[in-house]
Amino acid sequence: MRLTLNGKKISVDVPPDTPLLWVLRDTLGLTGTKFGCGQALCGACTVHLDGAAIRSCTTPVSAAEGKRVTTIEGLSRNGEHPVQVAWQKVDVPQCGYCQSGQIMSASALLAKNPHPTDAEIEAAMNGNICRCGTYNQIREAVHAAARMLRKEA
Amino acid sequence: MSVIINESRRGFLKTSVLAGGGLVVGFMLPGAARFAAAASPVFRPNAYLRIGSDNSVTVLCGLSEMGQGVHTAIPMLVAEELDADWSKIRVEQAATDPAFKNPIFGLQATGGSSAVRGHWEPMRKAGATARAMLIAAAAETWKVDPASCKTEKGEVIHSSGKRLSYGKLAEKAGKLAVPQVATLKDPSKFTILGKGAKRLDTAVKVTGRAKFGLDVKPPGMLTAVIERSPVIGGKLGSFNADKPKSVPGVKQVVAIPTGVAVLADGYWSAKKGRELLEIKWNDGANATLSSESIRADFAEATGKPGLVARKDGDIAAVAPAKRIEAIYEAPYLAHSCMEPMNCTAWFKGGELEVWASTQAPGLNQVVLAQLAGIAPEKVTVHTMYLGGGFGRRFAQDFAVDATILSKIAGAPVKLVYSREDDTRAMFYRPASVCKFSGGLDDAGKPVLFSARSVCSSIAQAAQMPFEKGIDSFAVEGISQMPYSIANVQVEWAQKETPVGVWFWRSVGHSQNIYFVESFIDELAVLAGRDPFEFRRAFLDKAPRYKGVLELAAERASWGKPLAAGRFHGIAVGESFGSYVAEVAEVSVAKDGEVRVHRIVCAVDCGMTVNPDIIKRQMESAIMYGLSAALHGKISIKDGRIEQGNFDQYAILRMGEAPRVDVHIVPSHEAPGGVGEPGLPPLAPAVVNALFAATGKRLRKLPIDPAELKQA
Repeated sequence: MRLTLNGKKISVDVPPDTPLLWVLRDTLGLTGTKFGCGQALCGACTVHLDGAAIRSCTTPVSAAEGKRVTTIEGLSRNGEHPVQVAWQKVDVPQCGYCQSGQIMSASALLAKNPHPTDAEIEAAMNGNICRCGTYNQIREAVHAAARMLRKEA
Repeated sequence: MSVIINESRRGFLKTSVLAGGGLVVGFMLPGAARFAAAASPVFRPNAYLRIGSDNSVTVLCGLSEMGQGVHTAIPMLVAEELDADWSKIRVEQAATDPAFKNPIFGLQATGGSSAVRGHWEPMRKAGATARAMLIAAAAETWKVDPASCKTEKGEVIHSSGKRLSYGKLAEKAGKLAVPQVATLKDPSKFTILGKGAKRLDTAVKVTGRAKFGLDVKPPGMLTAVIERSPVIGGKLGSFNADKPKSVPGVKQVVAIPTGVAVLADGYWSAKKGRELLEIKWNDGANATLSSESIRADFAEATGKPGLVARKDGDIAAVAPAKRIEAIYEAPYLAHSCMEPMNCTAWFKGGELEVWASTQAPGLNQVVLAQLAGIAPEKVTVHTMYLGGGFGRRFAQDFAVDATILSKIAGAPVKLVYSREDDTRAMFYRPASVCKFSGGLDDAGKPVLFSARSVCSSIAQAAQMPFEKGIDSFAVEGISQMPYSIANVQVEWAQKETPVGVWFWRSVGHSQNIYFVESFIDELAVLAGRDPFEFRRAFLDKAPRYKGVLELAAERASWGKPLAAGRFHGIAVGESFGSYVAEVAEVSVAKDGEVRVHRIVCAVDCGMTVNPDIIKRQMESAIMYGLSAALHGKISIKDGRIEQGNFDQYAILRMGEAPRVDVHIVPSHEAPGGVGEPGLPPLAPAVVNALFAATGKRLRKLPIDPAELKQA
């Protein structure tokens, strides 16, 4: 199975029905992507597949064959993606467990919609549960990231 | 303010010079023996503050970071008295060691909103002691009187203007005798405490670098999942493991006391193996258990006298002019930490190494040592970041089973709960039924308040002592009912069921303050008074309650007209030494759908460490409480837990999150907790607002839109 992971071409030898989440975590040791529910209900496992936010816990690795996968580890070299910078500026995380998924959902949203409204942010982020309840901070940070991205553009 | 470290404690205060040059300060924290069994037999010197010759200051935090910000608050306490440069402060998770006992529990554990309450003084003393030694080192270097030196942002400064950084002084300071007196600052001199600061754990949590329990992988590790009886308390009959063993990656299938475990080279193969297990269970006596049967049993018990937890005046002698009775109910609730329960254990014969997202590494150490038949000091517990705790991670189930499995496998084993396993693991906020009777005199003044609460005992589940036959967790929030009422009686009837109960964010207050503050609202209505004014009038002997109540009402513009279709409700409560009032603004659609638009929260948690974190913790507890009020319910049918994943046990999502405004009351009182106290007033504030909106009193959680539907 060949795919491009965080910009590098890799091949993995696993049963094709293995969810991408477990290939990332157990086979490749990329633990930034989290396991929360196993049924695409919480968003903790969100990664980008060819730029779109997907739930890696229900996506078989075979669906990623020949495609580009980006995880939290590959979003930026050292946390300098505008979404990560905004997350730090707002000091969003509490326990932090869901935040990789939140950041991946938010960065996928902003890549196609640089000026989201509150309603659009809610629609894009409603699949990501945060048990610490940082939703208002997430919304604020998405807006802040959008402002940064627009300045960069 | 001066604190004398007395003679008997002197031996506990130790310093040493690091191999690389630097100062280490540590002393034994005072213990309190709530968990008698966990008392440590030996003293070991330890360090929780390290100053490097590069000027870095590393605070070792023995408490578990589960989102509440303890990895920032504890360093702030140290840094304040050290006069450290905050930008040079680092934090590290400390080892599991008696030196890191939480003074409130008497063992190393985090919970009960105790971190700042328990460490407010000890951590400041640690900083102050180190500061005194750095001054002494500088004075000796300069041959001047220590009294002519001051400290500021990581430097000792002499009255002549000479300066030396802490890093340069660290090695010399480490060789000095430890002072017996630690002089603590007057709070008016604080430059770090009470000022707010960014969290120290944010960078690792936005890059995926933070290591949670589930991220651990020692060499040769196997991953295990356990199939447990679907019926509560069911016993294993027989099982066939042929099919699981045919799954590539599955290494072993074994029966253990809690079920049948599949061990594999990763989670996916373990899970696939588990799905192919053929098991015959003996369901046993619980196969007919249901929520309804439990509820009926509890409701019946409200008709009989219970154990008296509080008695003022005589409820039988009073004859109120107006009287009401009401029965309230709250369901079992799961914690649903985002990180499912898990633990990695490596039993190496005489030694055990454990990695866990745990709230109680000190308890893990004792329990697992007993289990493994080795001395506690042979058990190393690595506390990882916790993907949520909320009380759940005080439990030992995951650590015990991981240890058993490692012993069987002869390899490191990571035990992982699926989301469904996690939801069904039998650690629930107790379901509770509470019967109230209240009455007013001719003038509308409350003269009677009686409550009879029926629930299972968390103290019993956690093997903690009762007080005068009563589990204080069962009545907390009712017994402390703060209103001036002459005749009060609070009773508790213990009802045990096969359903497991446990600490859940704010514990007994979570349901009891909902009960009390809703019933007080009913009394206000009975009196024909505004719910805020009614509370205010009878909180005349409870100034801190009254203070937060007034502040919340003022900031929410209580009593002023709201937008069309919007309604206010108010509630107040104390827990863990902090007082919180909340005003909820709600609307109700024709079909009964509830929308909570805004929560205004006022908190008096005494002196503050980090107001930014306090506000976030209030908001977090409000969201957690709202999730429960709107959706939270664990139910039982045919002896089985009906909920498994988030489609059945719904959690509040962004689209439902209200705006939250938090206001902190300036206070010189001792610090209170902040992780939990924001939760209890949330449900009653919302339910009281729903009464204002619809005239319907919801005496049962979660909120049922069908009850609010307009004809």
